[in-house]
Amino acid sequence: MKQYLLSIYQPDGRTPELEVLEPIMRDVEAFNAEVRAAGAWVFSGGLHSPDTSTVVRAKDDEVLTTDGPFIEGKEHIGGFTVVNAPDLDAALEWGRQLAKATTLPIEVRPMEYGSCG
Amino acid sequence: MSSSHTTPTAGSVERVFREEYGRAVASLVRALGDIDLAEEAVQDAFAEAVRRWPGEGMPPSPAGWIITTARNRMIDRLRRESSRPHRHSQAALLHAAAEPAEEGPVRDDRLRLIFTCCHPALAPRARVALTLRLLGGLTTAEIARAFLVPEATMAQRIVRAKGKIRDAGIAYRVPAQAHLPARLSAVLAVIYLVYNEGHTASSGSALVRTRLCEEAVRLARMLAELLPDEPEVIGLLGLLLLLESRRPARTTREGDLVPLAEQDRALWDRALVAEGQRLVRRCLHWGRPGPYQIQAAINAVHSEAASVRDTDWRQIVLLYDQLAAQSPTPVVALNRAVAVAEAVGPRQALALVDGLELDGYHLYHAVRAELLRRLSRTDEAASAYAAAIERTGNLAEQAYLRRRRAELADMRCG
Repeated sequence: MKQYLLSIYQPDGRTPELEVLEPIMRDVEAFNAEVRAAGAWVFSGGLHSPDTSTVVRAKDDEVLTTDGPFIEGKEHIGGFTVVNAPDLDAALEWGRQLAKATTLPIEVRPMEYGSCG
Repeated sequence: MSSSHTTPTAGSVERVFREEYGRAVASLVRALGDIDLAEEAVQDAFAEAVRRWPGEGMPPSPAGWIITTARNRMIDRLRRESSRPHRHSQAALLHAAAEPAEEGPVRDDRLRLIFTCCHPALAPRARVALTLRLLGGLTTAEIARAFLVPEATMAQRIVRAKGKIRDAGIAYRVPAQAHLPARLSAVLAVIYLVYNEGHTASSGSALVRTRLCEEAVRLARMLAELLPDEPEVIGLLGLLLLLESRRPARTTREGDLVPLAEQDRALWDRALVAEGQRLVRRCLHWGRPGPYQIQAAINAVHSEAASVRDTDWRQIVLLYDQLAAQSPTPVVALNRAVAVAEAVGPRQALALVDGLELDGYHLYHAVRAELLRRLSRTDEAASAYAAAIERTGNLAEQAYLRRRRAELADMRCG
């Protein structure tokens, strides 16, 4: 069994209207329930908008703290889910379902063995 | 016993290598789950074959010999390096595995390997390189030469793809029936792409890269043997065989391009024509036409004609109609227009061609040039030839187009 990070890429800017958002949130909740029911759920979470982020860099003995995000862009990670899956095809199947639920692109990326402690 | 041994020549070891490399790698990947180790082992085994077969004679089952030798080599090596627990368990795995698997499972191994190489999670260019490397046994240098990229670039592409298979956990298996058609199309596309690059090299001096044509046909044959009931697989094989049958007539002794209309049809390989036509008839029985089957059928119509004049162009237009309904691309529309020019006339064909969004494609301009020439619009034809010449990197094609353009001047004088 491997672990895969499913990152949700979200366009920056205004949050969509409630009537757009509500059915999406319902679909995402249904997705989360399905991942848990399958025993594949490891961790998931949503993030505040990228302008709430702060970047911390260590340089020599000093630590530099700046207003984030780390990379400027039109999209940033808006949330993520970590799943257990036997192989990439199984992880991609979760990714496909999450993409349908969120209507957003999902990056599926394997986690290195042992990186979760 | 020794009477069944034949004395191998360098050529016959080479042939065994071509035919059995993919099978041996596929079998060891299944046993080991590690592509790099499997490749190393198979290469070691072939190196040993080159040393031993000339003296000892060819074993009765060269493939079995290679797989067994590779497996033993691997067990030895993994034992030597077994300080690493991971390697030790691999050695145990190999040891536990039975002798070379029987025909059934071996078939599955190669099919698994080709679906792994053509997984949609890999970049299309990497799929091609990996398929040629692992199933065809082509060296990285050969693949790099064929696709005209630096060897280092190709090596990096292959290493990266293997790394992704390992780290992302791309499964070594044939997709379930429900996913087979979607995934099979990637496999067919890779084989067709290999053939096309061989058929008309995208750049360089030679029109044809024979080795790539042969490799694509070999892969298509293998796939047809493994999936004999998939119409598009049979369609692709039929298409490649019919294209391949004309290869001897497509170039002059000097390597100049000879278009279909001017080919000496006596040079076509009759055995390949017959085999291709037989496969097209088999496709017709299924009644589930797909793009490869239709293209095969179009080529079968060409192969039945004794000359361009005798060709059943109306039948070809109908087949293109069917193809356009399934894949309505501008390239299909362009090819359909070529058939319309023969069946109806160049004026009607030109009306179909003008306005297609294919400005970057040299054949678009070449087709326009030929149609304008037949309509005696020589100035426009000359600039269309120029546009076509500018857009192809293949020197043989360029030379042919220049010749055609030069003939326009004669038309004007005459």
